[in-house]
Amino acid sequence: MQFGIFSVSDITRDPVSGETPSEAERIEAVVRIAQKAEEVGLDVFAIGEHHNPPFFSSAPTTLLAFISATTKRLIVSTATTLITTNDPVRIAEEYAMLQHLSKGRMDLMLGRGNTAPVYPWFGKDIRASLPLALESYNLLHRLWREDVVDWQGKYRTPLQGFTSIPRPLDDVPPFVWHGSIRTPEIAEQAAYYGDGFFANNIFWPKEHYMRLIRFYRQRFAHYGHGTEQQAIVGLGGQAYLARNSQDAKREFRPYFNEAPVYGHGPSMEDFMDMTPLSVGSPAEVIDKTLTFREHFGDYQRQLFLMDHAGLPLKTVLDQLDLLGEEVVPVLRKEIAARQDPATPPAPTHAGLVQATYGDRPPRQPRPNANRGDNVTGPLPYTDSVPGQAAAPEQAADPQHPADLEQ
Amino acid sequence: MSTPASQAPEQDQDTYGLVVVSAGTSDPSSTRLLADRAAQRVAALAASHGGTVTVSVIDLREIAADITTALTSQLTTPALQQAVAALGAADAIIAAAPVYQAGPSGLFTSFFHVLDSDLLIGKPVVLAATAGTSRHALVADDQMRPMFAYLRAMTVPTSLFAAPEDWSDPALAARIDRAARELVLLMESGFARRLKDEAWQSYQHEYGSAGGTETAIDLNTDLMRLATGGSAE
Repeated sequence: MQFGIFSVSDITRDPVSGETPSEAERIEAVVRIAQKAEEVGLDVFAIGEHHNPPFFSSAPTTLLAFISATTKRLIVSTATTLITTNDPVRIAEEYAMLQHLSKGRMDLMLGRGNTAPVYPWFGKDIRASLPLALESYNLLHRLWREDVVDWQGKYRTPLQGFTSIPRPLDDVPPFVWHGSIRTPEIAEQAAYYGDGFFANNIFWPKEHYMRLIRFYRQRFAHYGHGTEQQAIVGLGGQAYLARNSQDAKREFRPYFNEAPVYGHGPSMEDFMDMTPLSVGSPAEVIDKTLTFREHFGDYQRQLFLMDHAGLPLKTVLDQLDLLGEEVVPVLRKEIAARQDPATPPAPTHAGLVQATYGDRPPRQPRPNANRGDNVTGPLPYTDSVPGQAAAPEQAADPQHPADLEQ
Repeated sequence: MSTPASQAPEQDQDTYGLVVVSAGTSDPSSTRLLADRAAQRVAALAASHGGTVTVSVIDLREIAADITTALTSQLTTPALQQAVAALGAADAIIAAAPVYQAGPSGLFTSFFHVLDSDLLIGKPVVLAATAGTSRHALVADDQMRPMFAYLRAMTVPTSLFAAPEDWSDPALAARIDRAARELVLLMESGFARRLKDEAWQSYQHEYGSAGGTETAIDLNTDLMRLATGGSAE
């Protein structure tokens, strides 16, 4: 099981000091926060994608490439990458490049985005958001698995003989999570491809998430990727920690009360009762987090929202110390003792390489020489075989498991 | 998986659940009084047909803070969840609002704004309004009825309105009787329940948008085919 943090990248006035950080300060701070996540023993750092103030993360692969270059073990990811307003070809290229530079220490989570004005900025229409997302992912999935793609769809200009470069690291596509809170079509798509499914889990009633995750697990099994237990599930959550409960509540209350999403609404105590938010001592956060698997089944990734609502950098770093030193080690131990032994491990590049190749060396595509027209043609790589898409057919070798998705 | 199914238990033939939604703010309130009179007539008329009506009341003043929390923070409190569950299970509804500034009160409309939009499909509803002057007599028909049309509820032809002079007028009692009878006939016909069993998929839905009572996910749709590698139409 992996533990980590995710940030929406909001730049919010600190309600205690009254200061609003500059974009430069927040960008520097988030890099420090990601590095700190690794230092305290967390596994994952994920960042959102936005295209309007007061957010800063419009170019997640640039940020994540820098973070991965300054860390050694941390998996960098997104929460979420917009599969609607981004061209799937650019997602294929940018994240494959990030995968190479991070040596496979990355994955990504896809989401649709629900801010209507953003869509037309990129020539899209929110009314078609769902079919756009589904079609774009169908294309993205192929771009990472077929060296040469012919494609025609409704929402993007057609492709003829297109090769997305670079090919994924070791010719193993990045692992994809599909983030959704109430869209069964997204759960179905995640299940169909054997990808992961992530519920942000910030707002309850949890029954919606429970039903959707159950549906995803059933369909994952239906499509033959494994048992329902072997489906790959991730959850969000949010916490504020202090040594004792009273201090945590006193310190976090002004931030809660003015938080962009839920501030000026319910009381913090009501919100804690009704949602996964924990504000309290390490023991309280541990207890609450341990209830998640009882609702959703054993799962692979737990991300906490800890950097938001104007919390100053020093506070966030102190939070990470407590999370990494006092909460996550206990959670690892307690969950390992409780979870079903059939629960699959969290996805990693090494695991995907092993599942794809066994003991064989991974494929390393080398381009054929440029013929002078800047177009490589139907046989782009030295190991391309006429009439055969390179990667998927290789895996059909009877010596090796056919199921790339595992 | 593609057949719609209701989680509600099989209905006892002659027992009906009537839910009164009242946005009256004083206690007692004339809005609640009007709704209660209608509820009593509904129970009496059903009884004369051999039926039993269980009346439950959602007094919106008691969950006013829950309604504003849901409006501003996307958070459904347990009290609001309870109200949603009651309406989801209702066989018939009486919805009553006081008139403020020539319209139904904001508390009333806000409650219906935060409800799941598929919760009331086909359910019979009596609309009722009270006001300080008879100049607001058309508020129920002019302003409340369109919102229930959007929710695809089955409003009865007679709506109720009471200004101060109506409380002593036997004509109000006659209208209450008429509206109650319309509600009883629709309720007894089982229209809403049969609609849910036979035609649920022909209405536009979002997942979970009927209070979580619809459990089926239709796999036989263009979007589901697109989700599994098909092409957009």
